Amino acid sequence: MMRREQILNGAVLLGLIAVPLWAWSSGEPFIITLATKVAVLGLAGVGLNIALGTGGLVSLGHAAFFGIGGYAMGILASHAQQYVPLFEWPLLVEGTKSMPVIWLVAIVFSGLAALLIGALSLRTSGVYFIMITLAFAQMLYYFAISWPAYGGEDGMAIYVRNSFPGLNTLDPIQFFAITFVILCMTLWFNARLVRSPFGTALAAARQNAERVEAVGIDPYKLRLAAFVISGMITGLAGALFADLNRFVSPTMFGWHLSGELIVFVILGGTGRLLGPVVGAAIFITLEHVLGGISEYWQIFLGVLLLGVVLVARGGVIAVIAGKGVAHD
Amino acid sequence: MTDVVLSCTKISKAFGALQASKDVSLDLQAGEIHALIGPNGAGKSTLIRQISGAMKPDRGTVHFLGHDVTRLSAIERARLGLGRSFQISSVIPDFTVLQNVALAVLGDEGNSFHFFRDLLKGRPTVERAETCIARVGLEDRRAVRAADLAHGERRRLEIATALALEPRAFLLDEPMAGMGAEGASEMTRLLDTLRHEAPILLIEHDMDAVFALANRISVLVYGEIIATGTSDEIRSNAEVRRAYLGEEETA
Repeated sequence: MMRREQILNGAVLLGLIAVPLWAWSSGEPFIITLATKVAVLGLAGVGLNIALGTGGLVSLGHAAFFGIGGYAMGILASHAQQYVPLFEWPLLVEGTKSMPVIWLVAIVFSGLAALLIGALSLRTSGVYFIMITLAFAQMLYYFAISWPAYGGEDGMAIYVRNSFPGLNTLDPIQFFAITFVILCMTLWFNARLVRSPFGTALAAARQNAERVEAVGIDPYKLRLAAFVISGMITGLAGALFADLNRFVSPTMFGWHLSGELIVFVILGGTGRLLGPVVGAAIFITLEHVLGGISEYWQIFLGVLLLGVVLVARGGVIAVIAGKGVAHD
Repeated sequence: MTDVVLSCTKISKAFGALQASKDVSLDLQAGEIHALIGPNGAGKSTLIRQISGAMKPDRGTVHFLGHDVTRLSAIERARLGLGRSFQISSVIPDFTVLQNVALAVLGDEGNSFHFFRDLLKGRPTVERAETCIARVGLEDRRAVRAADLAHGERRRLEIATALALEPRAFLLDEPMAGMGAEGASEMTRLLDTLRHEAPILLIEHDMDAVFALANRISVLVYGEIIATGTSDEIRSNAEVRRAYLGEEETA
């Protein structure tokens, strides 16, 4: 069973490279953009999956981290394109167009936000946890709307994509390569995490917190750490998403987005390594194919989601690769 | 018989008008099995929860290894070396036997914040877990999911988990519950060897096991300990017979 999932995972990643490469050779830049979107939103879902799938923490507020990542990019890049420093006192901080710096800032700030939000909301559970995470994300949403310095409701356009040393990021296939490599590195990290002492204890706390306490491990600390890691990954995805669109707006903080991330995870397979990537791929394909036919394409998505929840609990990955979660 | 490992002193707990624990004093000495018996609803589970840290007493104190642990959480008490099993098997259902026990070893090692190392490739951890699994006789079942174990096997897995903590005292809540005669006698043999590692506070309904194992027995009725003594003393105690054992003998 485990081998089947590994083969499937390999096939999914190969497919995610093959499609844009084909599009590149046949001159279809829009398809490359779609594939990049799959990689970036899949990455955001991978982040959520650590909290939701492994930790059992149903966060309806991951848009908070996605948005913080997006605004980290937007704020730094807008200062750089206007040649206005962020701060002059106590020390001079200038904007930047360098992707690695932006990523680092996005990761740090979404991690800090996750620490704060997690520390408060993890004292609750169940429906209350869902509501509190949602409330935090909505607070940030309304804050972004009412912050005129960075575009308010209209958002901010960044005219030229940020730079990465040695690459031309304006070339769609090169930007895709960046997002794909980051996705793969994160997946590798996630695969290690799940098998590590931390991941094992986290998964145990999801299934039976009392048992974890009885062996002297504090589930709250495990969950908080998982929530922070999860938020950092989703924040990084937010920065990449902003760079993909060269545009940042408060909708990145919206609860729609939090909901979509949950849909990716459930559709692909909760707690499965490649689940969110498969979920994002299905979502974006449907959006592209059905969206051309009908404005109401999400009805079909709803039917599909209903089908998954009712008959295929483990998502698409479980349907293809079998039920067992990979364990020795 | 002087080395007190675990003791509670005048513990009281009320839920509204219901007095679940009334001035309960109890101690557990090195090398012994101290059984706590009592009819259903006597407040055994409430008492256990206060000793394990899941519940705070209204009054009274709990001491463990010379520390006052009354204010400590269940997690902190576990870390001090209080190994417990639950009345209703509490295992990680999707984990294998080995993973379940490795989790306990991890708890004892106190380093669950490793993000890269593969838990099941960590030699010392796995070896320790396997020793515990072998001691309860589950070595052939180490790769089976806990959810797929038979009831008796799951009870033994709980004991293995408690063993892996290398506890200074065991708190075992009805380890033989729901076991057949053969399973119960096997468990009795196992517990008999355990007492030399760490003393056991044993809550058990199986009277054969209790009388076979216990150095001392305390009888809890309506939240109060009405008698503490050796098997013979308890068997011949008139009040105990009336309150508890009598029910069986007249039946």
